[in-house]
Amino acid sequence: MKFTAAKGKSNPRVIPGFGLTLGTTLAFLSLLILIPLASVLVYSFSLTPTEFWEILLSESVVWSFVTTIGCALIAALINCVFGTILAWTLVRYDFPFKRLLDGLIELPFALPTAVAGITLSKLFSDQGFFGAPLARIGIRVSYTHLGIITAMVFIGIPFVVRTVQPVLSKLDPQFEEAAYCLGASPARSFFRVVLPELRPALLTGFGLALARGIGEYGSVIYIAGNSAKEHTQVSSYIIMQKLNYLDYEGATAVALVILILSFGLLLFTNIIQIRQARRTGMR
Amino acid sequence: MRKQSKTGKIVLITISTLFVVLMLVIPLISVIANSLSKGLSFYLQSITTKTVLSAIKVTLIATGIALLVNTVFGIIASWLLTRYEFKGKQVLAALIDIPFSVSPVIAGLSYIMMFGRMGWASPLLEALDIKIVFAIPGVVLATIFVTFPFVSREIIPVLNAVGKDEEEAAAMMGAKGFTIFRKITFPHIKWALIYGMILCAARALGEFGAVNALSKTRGETFTLPLEIDALYLSGSSDSIVSAFAVSSLLVIVAVVILVLRSIFEYRGRKTQNTKEARVED
Repeated sequence: MKFTAAKGKSNPRVIPGFGLTLGTTLAFLSLLILIPLASVLVYSFSLTPTEFWEILLSESVVWSFVTTIGCALIAALINCVFGTILAWTLVRYDFPFKRLLDGLIELPFALPTAVAGITLSKLFSDQGFFGAPLARIGIRVSYTHLGIITAMVFIGIPFVVRTVQPVLSKLDPQFEEAAYCLGASPARSFFRVVLPELRPALLTGFGLALARGIGEYGSVIYIAGNSAKEHTQVSSYIIMQKLNYLDYEGATAVALVILILSFGLLLFTNIIQIRQARRTGMR
Repeated sequence: MRKQSKTGKIVLITISTLFVVLMLVIPLISVIANSLSKGLSFYLQSITTKTVLSAIKVTLIATGIALLVNTVFGIIASWLLTRYEFKGKQVLAALIDIPFSVSPVIAGLSYIMMFGRMGWASPLLEALDIKIVFAIPGVVLATIFVTFPFVSREIIPVLNAVGKDEEEAAAMMGAKGFTIFRKITFPHIKWALIYGMILCAARALGEFGAVNALSKTRGETFTLPLEIDALYLSGSSDSIVSAFAVSSLLVIVAVVILVLRSIFEYRGRKTQNTKEARVED
């Protein structure tokens, strides 16, 4: 009796401990993550719609959304280009110090954001190592939108490299060689043969880098300048500023918009991954 | 045929190396260079002030507790998500990953909205005389939030790859849950677990945004990144150098973590490869 139950599909949970692990997981998740996040949601419902829109449509908040989303989009696109080049180089070529280069990609994950922030800000300031030569040709990076984009490129690059790299290493070079033998140029074979295969991974990496850029605080605020006049305040900075002035209504309203954006992006990357898993599973 | 793509190869390797050197290596070196720009004695003085020592203590407390909580959670959650089939599994997996895509500032805000003066849990905390916001427990909670999925994220793929046949066999032969875990599951996930814990610790040490919202007293509840922020923003050239000196401590930790990471990943890959080879045989 016991044997058939275990052998058949009628009892998929042979391993003990389902109830215990489910209960513990749900308790941790609810207490530490879901209930606190729901508190933001509940609090924002206590605002009337007029109050809510008044906060969101104030000049500094609207500009912070434009700045944050715009810079994060540009940075994520730059990261897709360089991330693909880096992943390609790391997968397809052998060269000295390759493992070192591969390890360094993860630096933005390991380096605290505040450290990255003050360092980039100093490097790109008018007297900095990069900033001084750039200033001579009239390009200012620190305390401008360029600075925000630079910081977002810095923190976003590992997301793209690490999602593209495994897909690329599983891709058989035979296909490109076939394309090449049929007379396609290397560029053409890349764009027509390799890129379509990389698209789901690239989109996932793009989504992750974009989400990180939109939520980023530590590495951005020092290089951003945070000037309301020049529209270099990011949304995270606005939330923190409102919190410091004890303006909880304002902080939650702005946070709600950013939360919805990040959940949208989370959903987007998850759907891509599930679809990709199904596609490869079917093969 | 390979000859033609040689220029392409050189160009791409050059672009990659340049990108990594300019965006990653030079910033790393510049932290150290800046921190030592006023001499070694100034450096040592900067990293041993009272506020820095207190910040080191708070950072270690928060990191230690976050590591413990998230390791326990990570093991339990990844066991649940890979060893059983149930409805809503995908949703649960996505929910666990939430902290990856939520801005740390919002993590801090959400604890304020729950435990702060306006928060719905504040009467309860007052009755029990517990202070969370602007105190050490708040710093610890914020650190747990941002590092929540790190351990489970590393273990889940390994457990999925290994499959659950061995555990099911053990269960049918009458082994208890914990024995199964200790004898069968744990040896498989050992390296992934250590790697996940390293990542978790790294992120916990450097967390800034979430902690910034929940900690306001320098010298008492400030962590190292907050101390760096305070030093840097006070603006005098001395304190900026001090900020880089304190940063250099975290940079050293980051470099150690990168080295450990590449060692563990290499080991993980090696065991994985031998396993795959065995399967192919």
